[in-house]
Amino acid sequence: MSREGLDVREAESPATVTTGGTTGGTAAEHARSALPDTAALQRQASAARRRRRAGMWALRLLLVVVWLGSWEAAATWWIDPFFYSKPSAIAVRLAEWFDIGTQFGSVWEQIAVTLEEAVLGFALGAVAGVVLGVLLGRSRYLADVLAPFIKAANAVPRIVLASLFIIWFGFGLTSKVATVVVLVFFAVFFNAFTGAREVDRNLLNNARILGASRAQVLGTIVLPSATSWILSSLHTAFGFALIGAVVGEYAGASKGLGLLISNAQGTFDSAGIYAGMIIITVVALVAEWVLTLAEKRLLRWRPPAAGESSAGV
Amino acid sequence: MTEDPVIRLRGATKRFRSSSGGVHTAVHDLTMTVGRGEFVAVVGPTGCGKSTTLSLVSGLEAPSEGEAVVNGRPVAGIPDGVGYMFQADAVLPWRTVLDNVATGPRYRGASRKEARERAGDWVRRVGLGGFEDYYPHQLSGGMRKRVAMAQTLVNEPSILLMDEPFSALDVQTRALMQDELLRLWSGTGAAVIFVTHDLEEAICLADRVLVMTAGPATVKAAFPVPLDRPRDVERIRLTTEFLDVYREIWESLREEVEETRQRGTHRVA
Repeated sequence: MSREGLDVREAESPATVTTGGTTGGTAAEHARSALPDTAALQRQASAARRRRRAGMWALRLLLVVVWLGSWEAAATWWIDPFFYSKPSAIAVRLAEWFDIGTQFGSVWEQIAVTLEEAVLGFALGAVAGVVLGVLLGRSRYLADVLAPFIKAANAVPRIVLASLFIIWFGFGLTSKVATVVVLVFFAVFFNAFTGAREVDRNLLNNARILGASRAQVLGTIVLPSATSWILSSLHTAFGFALIGAVVGEYAGASKGLGLLISNAQGTFDSAGIYAGMIIITVVALVAEWVLTLAEKRLLRWRPPAAGESSAGV
Repeated sequence: MTEDPVIRLRGATKRFRSSSGGVHTAVHDLTMTVGRGEFVAVVGPTGCGKSTTLSLVSGLEAPSEGEAVVNGRPVAGIPDGVGYMFQADAVLPWRTVLDNVATGPRYRGASRKEARERAGDWVRRVGLGGFEDYYPHQLSGGMRKRVAMAQTLVNEPSILLMDEPFSALDVQTRALMQDELLRLWSGTGAAVIFVTHDLEEAICLADRVLVMTAGPATVKAAFPVPLDRPRDVERIRLTTEFLDVYREIWESLREEVEETRQRGTHRVA
């Protein structure tokens, strides 16, 4: 809702500045009657928007057709589909997985296992990242003390830890969750840290004056302030969570999408690798969509970004 | 005045470490008192350290030397009964108008229901009835100031500190808010320190105007404002009494403003 519409009390009356003197009233009336019909303008604008969207989707479809078509043609006549596979073979492999199942059981089961590892590790890593990030963000001394350790830990190639976790925790769920946690934690931690550090001093002072305790300041000022930082990190973090789970399975597992891919690699089944990739991509997109919904709900209070509210009429 | 003052600063000095490693003295040897129910305006050149005065009284900063006493007790932490309106917006952008105003009572242990009832009452008193469920970004600058005012006043402060609260508003809205402030303040018995660089605003509102020196700030002179209450801000500034007071104080303030300007040009040159 526009604020011009709301602020009756403090609004100035328009259109009297340029005309001046005795003609002011009539000139203002004239200006108002000359305004075009807003309803008609709105209809025009929304029709234009619809046309634009339709065109956009048509173009996207065309791009996909051209891309897949040229791949299919190339693999049929010029290049060896054994190494590069082709769309039709991938479609056949996907259909097979969903109809008959994989050699490790139903494909849904593989998806469920990978998702469980990713979601569990994501939740643990995100909570740890937010708690530690906010805590260090508000305590400069502690942050200064721990800074070199955190930098070093962040520099460790964490994917390699997956192999270590297999040795520690075995082939089951735990080793994958551990891999996911170390990937997610740092992604969230640094954003939560920055968010907590950047809190507006005015808001903090105001809360203290209004009677907030330290805990209340953290809960009602610091955390909400950092929310937009934290939420934006969660998008990347969930991507990391899926990668962590798949890599963990790759390193050694008895179920999961990572196992499907590593098995496909072992049998030189390039179509199987692509099929696994596609499933993971779809899962990631769905998760992204869910996160965006949650973000919209949590950040209701924010003014719409400039681009969303007024796409030039 | 036989009664003890509500606010007393004695020889208060505040130094800050500046970012370049030096020491910056914001306030030097400042002595002032404010009595119960008294409205004191503090005017001075821009950037002279007026806001620091308020930080000392509110307990947000401790004096480097000297003492700050509120309600007979040295300031340590934030004293009871202090309300503070900041220059910049300090309303919580993620809370609706009603929840913003309810913030103080909630912090102080009121139940959600009670806090919202008291908040609702104050939202109406500052003229925002009907806007309870709006978020701050949906309001104009003037309306956000009203929210801030309600948020401060709902705690029923006995000491009200205001740091150029209306400086970001346009002229008409500012006059409106000044009237509103006087209306809401009258009868509360709250002691007010109102910091501003606008002398007209200071005289319109205050019982007494303190002129600060160019930084480091200290009180240069105090002027009583012998204008009757209740005052109509728009009308009062056209009266001869007002203009007499204005001329008298401006004589004193002008020297400090010029001093500040000269330093500014030195720095540029």
